[in-house]
Amino acid sequence: MELGVAKQEVMGLTGDEAVAYAVKQVDPDIVAAYPITPQTIIVERFSEYVADGLVNTEFVPVESEHSALSTCVGAAAAGARAFTATASQGLALMWEILYIAASMRLPIVMAVVNRALSAPINIHCDHSDTMGARDSGWIQLYCENSQEAYDTTIQAWRIAEHPDVQLPVMVTLDGFVLSHTLESVRVLPDDVVKRFVGQRRYIRVVGHEYKEVPLVLDPENPLTLGAFGMYTHYFEYKRQQAEAMEKAKRVIEEVGREYGGISGRTYGLIHPYRLEDAEVALIGLGSTMGTAKIVVDRLRQEGMKIGLIRIRSFRPFPREELLKSLSHVKAIGVLDRAMSFGAYGGPLFMEMRSLFYDEESRPLISDYIYGLGGRDMPIKLLEDVARDVKRNADRGRVAEPIRYVGLRE
Amino acid sequence: MPELVEIRLHGRGGQGAWTATNLLAMAALREGKYSQSFPFFGPERGGAPILAFARISDKPIDVHCMVYNPDIVAVLDPTLLGPKVVEGIKDETVMVVNTQDPPSKVREVLGTSRGKLWTVNATRLALEVIGRPITNTAMLGAILKATNVVSLDSLLAVTRERFGGEMGEKNASVIRKAYEEAVPE
Amino acid sequence: MSIKISEMAGWREIPVAGVAYRPSTESKTGDWRSFRPIVNEEKCTGCALCHFFCPDGAISLVNEKAKVDYDFCKGCGICAEECPVKAIEMVPER
Ligand code: SF4
Ligand code: SF4
Repeated sequence: MELGVAKQEVMGLTGDEAVAYAVKQVDPDIVAAYPITPQTIIVERFSEYVADGLVNTEFVPVESEHSALSTCVGAAAAGARAFTATASQGLALMWEILYIAASMRLPIVMAVVNRALSAPINIHCDHSDTMGARDSGWIQLYCENSQEAYDTTIQAWRIAEHPDVQLPVMVTLDGFVLSHTLESVRVLPDDVVKRFVGQRRYIRVVGHEYKEVPLVLDPENPLTLGAFGMYTHYFEYKRQQAEAMEKAKRVIEEVGREYGGISGRTYGLIHPYRLEDAEVALIGLGSTMGTAKIVVDRLRQEGMKIGLIRIRSFRPFPREELLKSLSHVKAIGVLDRAMSFGAYGGPLFMEMRSLFYDEESRPLISDYIYGLGGRDMPIKLLEDVARDVKRNADRGRVAEPIRYVGLRE
Repeated sequence: MPELVEIRLHGRGGQGAWTATNLLAMAALREGKYSQSFPFFGPERGGAPILAFARISDKPIDVHCMVYNPDIVAVLDPTLLGPKVVEGIKDETVMVVNTQDPPSKVREVLGTSRGKLWTVNATRLALEVIGRPITNTAMLGAILKATNVVSLDSLLAVTRERFGGEMGEKNASVIRKAYEEAVPE
Repeated sequence: MSIKISEMAGWREIPVAGVAYRPSTESKTGDWRSFRPIVNEEKCTGCALCHFFCPDGAISLVNEKAKVDYDFCKGCGICAEECPVKAIEMVPER
């Protein structure tokens, strides 16, 4: 359909500005948001777009994040394209509505600028906020840089609104490391973005009087949404959500490919780097994986057979893709930027370990918890991690399964 | 200069260090290069010591951690001269310092023989041209004289764009003056 | 078009999003009743308060008099309580 890669302007944008710019181009019907560091720039920029008349969006300045997402739920149920953005405590305050948005199957798009949770109060990056929401039924796409934050914010609508999916999407970007870092971002022309996202489509459901109607609130075709669901039905609806997540995998890849066609930047569920003949692999999410590429390059120069996988889609979790890409790897180092107190390792570690349980040959897997509360992850520390994984591979045994990296003892 | 140039600015909250790295990054962008600019968010208050970073490269920049071994260090405020300024510097690191003192005195305070030192009295230039001791743009002029990390033309263009009107011209003028006055050790 | 879906259909068949796909009119609450509201049409002024208070929407006004739909009236007595002229009497079902 598209006639190849569009001509793109290079802009200097922070991650937050990149998200705001993408939302401006999508021009959703409604944006309801409450400012919170480090997401604030998204809301500031977008409200400027509204004030300058550059969008047709109804901007709802709410009094809390709970209301922000509630507004989006109502608007999306009434057929609108809705967007919000938050971070940390704000996401925590949205909690009950997160589940409602997902189970009412509302294709809301939300940018979450990853930030640590209190206490102590901290405004810097870690993944505790979105990791806590990993079971809420939202699709979660983690971005590596500002460019991807822009690109993914555009793709998110297509994924969320796909008839097989109909789920809300969280686009996450690392607080400050991306949100406040000005980077080179290639932006598509407005009309190309408009054409790519198209109009919101509604799936059809059987509603009142057994009539098949679009899934949208409309007085002409009444529907009861968000009603009571007893033990007779609740379970079936949850199974449907699981199915939608499963189908989302294919859709995320399709949309990522189609986006590649218009932008030259193709996205998938996972992004492997120099993994072909690797014995050792690092696995992680977000901006740290960019730095990890440098480490892979350096250690490759030393002769270490190392590669990495950046997981872009944490929900749905790309099980098959990971198994396939890692089948030849001897030892894996998991980078977890969140903790799961009382559990055996961080959230990503648990996923990775259970992933291989049924496999005949299982790689050695060790967990490296890092960067909480915005602690920096320099090249040096990542190199230490990689060498530790390599030592595990060499001795054929994990010496220390869970380590805290960059922590003062 | 290496393939990926890493820059660290030392300033105080309110002196526009982050604005300065943003200008460098935008100037690089203008030249078709890739760039990053980001602050180190410590206590974000007027007067508190802060750091701002920039990276400039011909290739896409994947690295997303702080700058530990800068190729260029600039000190916007003479009162910040101290051990922090020389942290992680290499023999080739270019240090550009706002001072009215001779280089030998600066060396003494910094306590290092490493790096290539340039000095400029940016505070005086800023007071003369802008009327306020905001040295961020003056220091950019001096950095360009010392390193050519981006061209003077690109920097002047993005500076005019960023400030606009009279402020744009004043900042452009202070950049030129600092460019002329900055001297190597 | 009318698409029948059985009450106990599996997860693949029921509509998504928790949409209520069976009309509440299929659920006749009239057989919950142990007291039956009887409207005294002489007294009834047609003010419609009972219509608004009825939790089951079982009262409508016909010729400006309250009329109870006994298929859905569950016998809660709210209408009798709220009627300003005491035109509704609750009598035991046999
Ligand atoms: S409230 Fe009483 S008077 Fe009013 S309509 Fe109902 S029955 Fe009649
Ligand atoms: S008894 Fe209750 S349910 Fe029946 S008509 Fe009166 S208010 Fe409605």
